[in-house]
Amino acid sequence: MSESATQSKMSVSDEVAIDIINMNKWYGAFHVLKDINMTVNRGERIVVCGPSGSGKSTLIRCINRLEEHQKGTIIVDGTELSSDLKNIDKIRSEVGMCFQHFNLFPHLSVLDNLTLAPIWVRKTPKKEAEETAMHFLEKVKIPEQADKYPGQLSGGQQQRVAIARSLCMKPRIMLFDEPTSALDPEMIAEVLDTMIELAEEGMTMICVTHEMGFARKVANRVIFMDQGQIVEQNEPEQFFNNPQSERTQLFLSQILGH
Amino acid sequence: MTDISNQAYVRTEMLGEQPAPIANVGIIGWMRQNLFSSPMSAVLTILGGIAIYFVLAALLPWTFGGIWNATSLAECRLIVAESLGEGETAHRACWGVIHERFWHLMYGFYPSDSYWRPNLALVLLFVAIAPVLFNGLPKAMFIISFAALFICPWLLWGGPVWTPIVAALGFVIGYLVVKFVSPLLGSLTGLIIGVLAALVWWLFFAGMVSQGITHMIASSRMDGEAVRLEKAIPEQKAKVAELSAIVEPLEAQLADIQAKIDAVVAAGVSAENPVSDLVRQKTPVKMALNAAVAARNKADIISKNMVKRQKSIGSLSFMEGKLAELTQQAKEARAALPATVADFDSLNEVTEELRKTIPAEDIDLLAAALKVNEQKTNLDITITRLYEEVGLFGLKPVPSRNFGGFMLAILLGITGIVLSFPMGIILALGRLSNLMIVKSMCVGFIEFIRGVPLITLLFVASALLNYFLPKGTQFDIILRVMIMITIFSAAYMAEVIRGGLAALPKGQYEAADALGLDYWQAQRLIIMPQALKISIPGIVSTFIGLFKDTTLVSIIALSDPIGWVKLIQSKTEWNGIIWELYGFVALVFFLFCFGMSRYSMYLERKLQTGH
Repeated sequence: MSESATQSKMSVSDEVAIDIINMNKWYGAFHVLKDINMTVNRGERIVVCGPSGSGKSTLIRCINRLEEHQKGTIIVDGTELSSDLKNIDKIRSEVGMCFQHFNLFPHLSVLDNLTLAPIWVRKTPKKEAEETAMHFLEKVKIPEQADKYPGQLSGGQQQRVAIARSLCMKPRIMLFDEPTSALDPEMIAEVLDTMIELAEEGMTMICVTHEMGFARKVANRVIFMDQGQIVEQNEPEQFFNNPQSERTQLFLSQILGH
Repeated sequence: MTDISNQAYVRTEMLGEQPAPIANVGIIGWMRQNLFSSPMSAVLTILGGIAIYFVLAALLPWTFGGIWNATSLAECRLIVAESLGEGETAHRACWGVIHERFWHLMYGFYPSDSYWRPNLALVLLFVAIAPVLFNGLPKAMFIISFAALFICPWLLWGGPVWTPIVAALGFVIGYLVVKFVSPLLGSLTGLIIGVLAALVWWLFFAGMVSQGITHMIASSRMDGEAVRLEKAIPEQKAKVAELSAIVEPLEAQLADIQAKIDAVVAAGVSAENPVSDLVRQKTPVKMALNAAVAARNKADIISKNMVKRQKSIGSLSFMEGKLAELTQQAKEARAALPATVADFDSLNEVTEELRKTIPAEDIDLLAAALKVNEQKTNLDITITRLYEEVGLFGLKPVPSRNFGGFMLAILLGITGIVLSFPMGIILALGRLSNLMIVKSMCVGFIEFIRGVPLITLLFVASALLNYFLPKGTQFDIILRVMIMITIFSAAYMAEVIRGGLAALPKGQYEAADALGLDYWQAQRLIIMPQALKISIPGIVSTFIGLFKDTTLVSIIALSDPIGWVKLIQSKTEWNGIIWELYGFVALVFFLFCFGMSRYSMYLERKLQTGH
């Protein structure tokens, strides 16, 4: 499938999914995120990259309030994130997240990992939740692992289970926090395939990743961050072929140089 | 040849597996690996084997060659001396003490015809905790667990059947209130009101309802009871006489055997002049006599109680009239007291200092008023007791002071374990909470309790606690000790569980949060199952420690197994016996603790899900 063909299948609506306005965050006295402004439309796929410590993970973790921002506004799906617990729980159940280290629940079988949140948060009947879970396990191509425990799966399989676990909540937005950084090269491909498939279905996605091939293939926009600020954002084609900022050029030459 | 050092090489077929060398497998392989892997280890193996031989060579004959049929330490020694010689008496155990006192060591003074009650309570308890211990059992079994919470104490302490029902009703009321109030006022308010409703029920209404029912039953039974006693008293007296008739020949028989033994001992015990057969004959006689005496005394007490009750029933209407009269008098006397003494409830409150300022005749008036009041109270108690006895629909009450032996140790151990576990979880969560006040309260509690020896807490329970409670509160000693043991091990439990919580990766909390689970859901479904699994060895150690620490209650005069050991040692027959009693107690404790330890290993294996 050519890049343009992949891109053309995915439409972006004008509806705003996430709106971040003048957001600032400090860890104690340390200013980690500085004046972040960012709008994500529904159906948009955004890749965030940058050197380590640039605040990219912190940024997406602010979107579902795993980290608290101190200044500015974050509006997710029309709901503003504040310290109101009800809003937070509402947003969290609409926003799926995958972590670098998968964070599956090791004491529960794969199927139980998938049905836990639908049953307890969405109050879905158990049978229905299990059917949904099997549907998504088939989608990530590991239905035969349903009764195993996470510890018995390979890293790539675990990450796909983690993606399926988020999908079981029928989220409208998916956040990926370096989903392939902890994986062997052979397993990266299987996870990326799953993510591409998801993108093709029009899921709103924000990915923190260094997989530039993935960025070229599915992203509408690539955001480059350094020192807690957005340094450059552009369409992938422009971003990779014609980076404007010096910092971006240096970064790209480092990661694409080998 | 497959020399591939300097040429391109492609393998065409994979190699199969070959059997391991003989010296690596089988019994020889095992011995080489584990016992004789090096000269040093061979030497240690041999030395260790010799040490084990000497210990067992002394221990096994002592244990298994011990004397079971004897009624005193001296008799044991006679029997051993007869077969082994005068100097060897310490080489055989004297298990006669366990034989004779087994039931005391197990149940203390719990009435022997009611042993089934603690036994049943224990069985019920295992059924109740089975759904917690083993998964795969039906959820409906939790109903049994709930019921056991009330039935077990009732079985142990006895009393009217209404007590557990009324107590359980408190939970039902609390639950219903929560269910109906929560949708209206929010879940937290609902919970608080529910708890308050249950407390109000327990404190103000539960006792009243239970007593009321008993009173009603008693009133309807009173006449029938009088008629029954009319017939039952002579029967009971006949029974006492009958039992006495059994006692007397046994006494004679015992004296006879004893005389023979004394004669043999006086002549000098030897192989030609054996005493062991006589002692063996004496043991069953002595034990039968003990049982007969106990039965007779019990029948006698029952008979005397019957006579007393008959008298009370006969004069019930008179007593009730008198009570009304005394109540009136007490009230009048109290009202008529001069202002100087009107506030006192006891003569002790009138100190020497006060006596200088208050006129003597006022104090006399107070004394008179108090005396009337005391008469009234005593009469009231007598009447209430009569109603309780006649109206009893349930089990015969057993007072706490009769609890003893391993039954007491197990009771304290199990309640401590069952209660300290949830309390420890809550304290651990509180300690990790972001809420400043909750956190400091939990930290303060944990650090204080852990910083204080258990024995001081037990002394507080036995002596000091009554000073802090409202006057006249009857607060059972066993209950007080239970509370202290529970809070003591809850503090340790909290720290063990906190260790498990600290060992969990932060990602687990984040994943739970990211899925939209709230705090309690995340704790219950994600965090606790893993944290508790990590803490199993520590938790079980705490449980085992708690169970063994129950022996400390012997210091505050509760007769747990160690208390009984001391009691038995103080008897003339068993004066000087040490190893057998402590050994037996140690063995029983070991069996329980080893069982717990094995269970925890089973649990760890079962919960093992990784690779």
